[in-house]
Amino acid sequence: MLKRIQAAQAVGVKIKDAGFPSPFPAGLEYSAPARGTWNIVHTGMLIPGAHEIFVCAQGCLRGVVLTAAEMNAQDRFSMIAIKENNVLEGDMEELIIDGVTDILHRLPQQPPAVLIYTSCIHHFLVTNLKRVYKILRERFPQIDFTDCYMNPIMRKSGLNPDQLMRRQLYAALTPLPLDPRAVNIIGNDLPTLASSEFVQLIKNAGYTLRDITTVKSYAEYKQMAASAVNLTYNPAAVPAGDTLARRMGAVHYYLPASYDLDEIEATLHRLAEILHTDCPDVAPLRQQADQALRETKALLGNTPVAIDYTATFRPLSLARLLLRYGVQVKTVYADGFLAEEASDFESIRTLCPSLMLYPTAHAAMRFARPQASQERILAIGQKAAYFTASRHFVNVVETGGMLGFDGIVRLCGLIQDAYMHEKDTKSLIQIKGLGCGCCF
Amino acid sequence: MGVCSALFELGGMSIMHDASGCNSTYNTHDEPRWYDTDSMVFLSGLSETEAIMGDDEKLIRDTVDAANALHPRFIALAGSPIPMVVGTDLSAIAAVIEKRTGIPSFGIAANGMRSYLMGAGEAFAALAKRFVNADAQKTDTLSANILGLTPLDFSVNGSAEDIKTFLEANGIRVVSAWAMGATLEELAGAAAAHVNLVVSYAGMATAKYLQKTYGIPYVTGVPFGENFSGNLLAHIKTAARQQTVIHAFTDRVGGDHADYTIIGESITCGSLAAAISAQTGKTARVLCPLETEAPLLTAADAQCPDETDLVSLLRAEDTVIADPLYRPVCPAGARFLPLPSEGFSGRIFRREIPNLIGKKITLL
Repeated sequence: MLKRIQAAQAVGVKIKDAGFPSPFPAGLEYSAPARGTWNIVHTGMLIPGAHEIFVCAQGCLRGVVLTAAEMNAQDRFSMIAIKENNVLEGDMEELIIDGVTDILHRLPQQPPAVLIYTSCIHHFLVTNLKRVYKILRERFPQIDFTDCYMNPIMRKSGLNPDQLMRRQLYAALTPLPLDPRAVNIIGNDLPTLASSEFVQLIKNAGYTLRDITTVKSYAEYKQMAASAVNLTYNPAAVPAGDTLARRMGAVHYYLPASYDLDEIEATLHRLAEILHTDCPDVAPLRQQADQALRETKALLGNTPVAIDYTATFRPLSLARLLLRYGVQVKTVYADGFLAEEASDFESIRTLCPSLMLYPTAHAAMRFARPQASQERILAIGQKAAYFTASRHFVNVVETGGMLGFDGIVRLCGLIQDAYMHEKDTKSLIQIKGLGCGCCF
Repeated sequence: MGVCSALFELGGMSIMHDASGCNSTYNTHDEPRWYDTDSMVFLSGLSETEAIMGDDEKLIRDTVDAANALHPRFIALAGSPIPMVVGTDLSAIAAVIEKRTGIPSFGIAANGMRSYLMGAGEAFAALAKRFVNADAQKTDTLSANILGLTPLDFSVNGSAEDIKTFLEANGIRVVSAWAMGATLEELAGAAAAHVNLVVSYAGMATAKYLQKTYGIPYVTGVPFGENFSGNLLAHIKTAARQQTVIHAFTDRVGGDHADYTIIGESITCGSLAAAISAQTGKTARVLCPLETEAPLLTAADAQCPDETDLVSLLRAEDTVIADPLYRPVCPAGARFLPLPSEGFSGRIFRREIPNLIGKKITLL
């Protein structure tokens, strides 16, 4: 056991010695029991009234059907199991067509939209999905069919399944006359907090704001096609924004989420420019963020802090911000970094060269977690909480909708709360899809 | 998931040769020991390019690197749909890994298209072939191995421990329990037992192997209920004495329209049906949606892997005992008695899975 623990410790690398964007070699993969991030089942359910149909081997189906069951969405979920004879007999197209038809005939009422998730095996068997969708659309003209994919084998080839899912989420939108006073926020699983200056700026400028995370009906979802401006700040949503804008004849702007106060300010000015409005005075907002950060540092003192990539798309940007305020960020858990993090990476190499980077999926990380935390470690994110065995953690995924100066203020509040109050880490981090209503 | 569940506690390294998803599905939904037990279950992270180019060396290299760092007792490679489609020879790959590491290694041709019973069954059988010591001396007193014991059929509610306690309390020494609360050394000594008790279909292949190789007879059944557990005990002693195979639960009273219809794995549900009949005098039958074989079913039972067939068979039933996720396909007028199974609904109803070992059946 000692050798295994040593192996886990040896996986870490000081940021001054680390490569970018992939500090760790690929190898066998471990899966830590932190389940708060969303998967393609959760994301697809964001379309009001949509019905999901997964077509894959029963071993693969198991994860998605139980995901749907845990979010009490069995009535919006069906599956078609692929068996060995389907592979050998080459009747995959008929299996999907007949299976989907049978499912739709059995539903108490036909849904407005159906998301069909095909899998790795369809790719390898060169299943004629165009024919499948053509026949289904002819057979059920009143239903919007969307091709979705559960094909993780393609995660290193082009768009990964997460990016694909976010893109396909808007595939059922069809062009409408564009409303120049309407804006979409695209590609998030969680709504952007209404208190954020980002949202405030859009609303105060008189724009209608649409977001799939807040639409209440299928009709409202379809109305997203009318928005002339599409905004993304989640890097995984960029292909979704690009594709939607091109299809609708609208525009798309990627305004990356950041924890750099200057970048946040610049982003707000850019947003104001896009919306042809004046940017409000951001100095008070910035001052509030600054004050919150100072208070956080005062409370935490020299408490070590660990951050992981599931809490935010920009763990290095967040680490850099906290380090600048004297917060003792010791560890960042991430298997790789986005290109957006390059300048943060370089900056931290100077600011805190001994900051440790650890992967989350490396096999040796199975033995990284101590039996109990030896000291109070403040963890930001579920995987950081797990690997440090900390009960003092900020329970958020994908930024939790916190953005900009307001997001920093709120995040500081959560950090302070986590410092002062213990959480039941084991129970909390095993709930799937944080914020989607899972019941486990 | 069956492979990993079977091998979980034995100090080996189990690798699912797949792209992604298998590992998190298994250890989120199906592995209650995952959070607190440092078992080495990993994913190969197979990519499109590696599959198309037949790059087995990547899997071999990654496995050897991990094994050299983590020192597993053995290495098991389990397949998935794409390795099946491209014809990956996991046994050959395991042989190369064993040569490079010196660690016993084996491949299991899982493909994600069969139930956990098949994967677990093949994993147990592979262990038996590899590790059981032919020189083990028979114990002086009556002894047994328990075969097919995983949380997928018995959860982590004390059932596994209670089966052992039940046998020991009735004068049957437990040599090994495949594979909850056991060590690889205990499994290696399995040939010392006089009889095998097969508690789920996951243990059947190993039972047959041990019978053929070491002449150990087996009994199928789980000591559910007060009366049936006593019957089972007698069958175990008879099997050991007469060197015969006995399916302890198949002589129960049944019928096409039984008082109770139980959906699930054949040996556990068959045992429950027998326990109900023995306790109440009422009829009970099993509808098995999983792999099994004819001798494990009575004339009133049925194997029905297809949901449509299952719905049809349930149409006239009065009382159905099944995992809560079956409720939507049961007739609206039928009485539904929930009996969660980890192998079906995973962790969702884990807290509600009862321990029925040697106890009066109270869920009726």
